[in-house]
Amino acid sequence: MILDLARDLQCSPDPVRPPHKYFVSRSIYDEMRAPDGGIRPPYQAFAGWLDRTPTARIAQKREEAERAFHRVGITFAVYGEESGSERLIPFDLVPRIISGDEWKVLDRGLRQRVQALNAFLHDIYHDQAILKAGIVPAERVLSNAQYRTVMQGMDVPGGIYAHIAGVDLVRAGAGEFYVLEDNLRVPSGVSYMLENRKMMMRLFPELFATQRIRPVQHYPDLLLANLYGLSPAGEERPTVAVLTPGAHNSAYFEHAFLAQQMGVELVEGPDLFVQNDTVYMRTTRGPQRVHVIYRRVDDDFLDPLAFRPDSMLGVPGLFAAYRAGRVTLANAIGTGVADDKSIYPYVPEMIRFYLTEEPVLANVPTYLLHRKEDCDYVLAHLPELVVKETHGAGGYGMLIGPTAAAAELEAFRQRIVAAPDKYIAQPTLALSTCPTFVESGLAPRHVDLRPYVLSGKTVNLVPGGLTRVALREGSLVVNSSQGGGTKDTWVLAN
Amino acid sequence: MLCRTANELFWMSRHIERAENTARMLDVTYRMSLLPYEVIEPGLAWAEPWAVPLITSGLATGYYERYPELSAENVLRYTILDATNPSSIFCCLRAARESARSVRGAITSEMYEDLNSAWLEVRGYDYARLEAGGVSEFLEWVKMRSHLFRGVTVGTLLRDEAFHFIRLGTHLERADNTARILDVKYHTLLPSAADVGGAVDYYQWGALLRSVSGFEAYRKIYSDVITPRRVAELLILRDDMPRSLHACMNFIHETLEHLCDEHSREIERAAGELHAKVHYGRTDDIIRFGLHEYLMDFLERISELGDEISQTFLVPEWDSGVWMRLAGRA
Repeated sequence: MILDLARDLQCSPDPVRPPHKYFVSRSIYDEMRAPDGGIRPPYQAFAGWLDRTPTARIAQKREEAERAFHRVGITFAVYGEESGSERLIPFDLVPRIISGDEWKVLDRGLRQRVQALNAFLHDIYHDQAILKAGIVPAERVLSNAQYRTVMQGMDVPGGIYAHIAGVDLVRAGAGEFYVLEDNLRVPSGVSYMLENRKMMMRLFPELFATQRIRPVQHYPDLLLANLYGLSPAGEERPTVAVLTPGAHNSAYFEHAFLAQQMGVELVEGPDLFVQNDTVYMRTTRGPQRVHVIYRRVDDDFLDPLAFRPDSMLGVPGLFAAYRAGRVTLANAIGTGVADDKSIYPYVPEMIRFYLTEEPVLANVPTYLLHRKEDCDYVLAHLPELVVKETHGAGGYGMLIGPTAAAAELEAFRQRIVAAPDKYIAQPTLALSTCPTFVESGLAPRHVDLRPYVLSGKTVNLVPGGLTRVALREGSLVVNSSQGGGTKDTWVLAN
Repeated sequence: MLCRTANELFWMSRHIERAENTARMLDVTYRMSLLPYEVIEPGLAWAEPWAVPLITSGLATGYYERYPELSAENVLRYTILDATNPSSIFCCLRAARESARSVRGAITSEMYEDLNSAWLEVRGYDYARLEAGGVSEFLEWVKMRSHLFRGVTVGTLLRDEAFHFIRLGTHLERADNTARILDVKYHTLLPSAADVGGAVDYYQWGALLRSVSGFEAYRKIYSDVITPRRVAELLILRDDMPRSLHACMNFIHETLEHLCDEHSREIERAAGELHAKVHYGRTDDIIRFGLHEYLMDFLERISELGDEISQTFLVPEWDSGVWMRLAGRA
C-alpha cells in the first residue's frame, strides 16, 4: 500500500501559481491539495498567501527561524553521538492546518480514548474486570514487562494514571484518521508545539491577523492546574516539581521549558531526598516538602530501592512515599502496560467495555504475532507490512516492508520466528502528506500528529498538537531521532 | 531555591566575570606590548609584559607545561582559546553556558539566549580568525558580551534568590581579580618601596587603571599625575569606583544580608568584617602595613568567604544530622 511518489506524480503545475510549484501524488491524501489540484478549504487562505509571497522572503524567514531556534537553544541531545552533542529539530514553515469540524471529531475521540485507557489502568491494578470478562487476555497484561505488580491495590488520586497522554494520529489515503500509538509514559514534544507556534507568530504575524487560528499557548497553565489538582489529601497549596534525568537527556530542553513556563522547580534525582515517607527538595533555605512530581524519568529509574538498583537518576524511598500517599507522581507508575503495542489492538474494546460507547477514532488493523494465524499471514506478506517491537519507541527496531532490502526482510523474519510475541505487524499506511520546504522547493512529505491530552478532575486538551514530518522523500519515519522535522499545527476556529 | 541551582548560577556569573577580567588583562597587555619597554630585572618572569597576565591569574605553571617559550601568540592561544585551560575565555564561556543550560528555568529566556549566542560565536573562533579580526576587537567583544549579559540580567530577572547568587558570584570574582591585578602590578611596577609616594611610569600605571576601567575615574577624582598611593586608594577604598574592593564588598555584604537567615549568620558576620576593613580602612595604614601583605590577606579572606558560601548554600553536606533534623521540622 505504500506509494511511490515518483511513479505516481500528478505532473500538472498550475500556470497561475508560478512561485511555488507543488505536485502531489494522486493516491496519497495531501493536507493542502485535493487530487483534482484544487486547494482544500482549510488551506485556502494560506495557499493564497503563499502565492503572493516571494520565494526570497520565505527563504529569508527560514534562515531567521533557524538562527532563532539555535539562539533560544531549542535543541535535543542525540544518543549514540559524541556526548553532549545537541541538534536542532528541523522546523518547517508550512503549517499543518486542520478544520474546526475535523478537530471537533478528533477532540471527542481523544478524550474518549484516554478516558478508557485510564479506566483500564485502574481496573488492571484493582478488580481486573476486563481480564475476568475475557476481553483482554489476562496473560498479555499480567506478564507484560510494563505491568507493575507493586501498583496492585494501590489507590492514586482521582483514580487517574495517565495524566499526560500523547496520542499519535495519522491520516490515510481516503482522509480518515487512525490512532497509531498511545503514549502514556513520558510523552514528549509539547514544547515544540508551543515554540513552533511562537516562531510562526513572530515570523508571519499577518497570517494570524487574517485567519482565526485557535491558540495553544495556554497549555502550561492547563498542565499546572492539572498537577495542582493531584495534591495529596489536605494540601491546598502543593509544591510541584518537574523531575528530569538531567541536561544530557534528549528531552531536557522540554523539561526545563515546562518547569519555567509553569514557574515550578526543575529537579534532578539528587536534589530530592525522602525522610519519613515525605519527599523534600534540598534548597538554600533547608529542606522543602514536595507534593506533586511531574516526572520525566521512566519507571525503572525512579527509585533504586523499588526498581532498578543501579539507577543514579532516581530518589531512594520515592516509591514508599508515593505508596504512602505523601506525594503524587504524574504520570503514575505502571502506565506503560496500556500503551504497549500488544495491548493497543484492544483499546476499541476497552472503550466499549468501560464507556459503553463506540470508538470515535479508529485503530490501525494490527496482527498480533503470538497468534499463529496472524503470524503465518505476516510471514507470508512481510514486504507489504510494517513490523514493530511491542516495547519499541522512537522509530527504532522497526521494519518497513515496502522499502526494506531483502537482507533486512530476512533478518526480521528470523527475529519474528524466534520470538513472535515481541512483535506486531500492521499494513503500511499511506500517511498523508503536507507541503514542506525542501532543497528543490515545496514538496509533499508525510506527517503525523500528536495532540496532548491532560486528565485530572477534568480532561483537557488544547486545539492542536505536534505535527512531525518525515523530511526524506517517501520516508514514513517522522521521529526526530531519525531525521524528522516539525511544523506548527493550526486548528481553525469555525 | 535548589542548592544545585544556586551553585550553577553562582558559577555561571563567576565564569562570565572571569572571562571579562581575562579579556581586560589581555587587552592591556596587548597594548603595552606595542610600546617599547625596558626590562627592569632581566630574568624575572614578571618583567616580561606577556608573563603578567599569566602570573596574575595563577596560570604560569599550566602555561609552561604546554608551551616552552613565552610569546604573545602562545599566551593569547592559551588564555583565549585553549580548551585545556579551564580559565581560558573559551572554557569560561562554555562553563557559563553549560551552567545556564542546566538551570535555564531559573533565569530568564533573554539571559539564556544572550549567553547561548555568545557561546555559539566564541565556539567558531580559532587563532587565524582571532588574528584576522583583530585581537583587541575580540577582547572588546568579550567585555561587551559580559556587560550585555549583566544588563540583561539586571533588566529582566526577578529580584529573587537567583539574582542574589548571580550577583554574589560576579562580585566575589571581581574582588579577587582587582586584588590580584593590583598586587602583581605593584610588584612589577615599583622598583623599590621608596617609590610609593612618587610619580611613576605614566604608561604602565595608566595601563593598570585602564584594565579596570579606572583611568578616566582617576583623572576625574584626582586631576593630577598618577601615583601608586592614589591608585591603591582608588582600587581598594573608593566605594564609588565600580571595580574597587570596597564596591565589591558593598555588593557582597548587602547580598548576603538578603540570603542569610538564622542558620547562616556566621557568613554574614565574616562578610561584614571584611566589608568593615575596606569601609573604614585608610590608605596610610595600608601602605604602612604593606600593600602586598594587605592584598594577600584580603585574597585569603575572600577565598574563605567563597568556601563558606559554598558549604552553607551551594553544596552543603547533605546527610549531616542537621539536615535531617531540619527535614523533621519542615
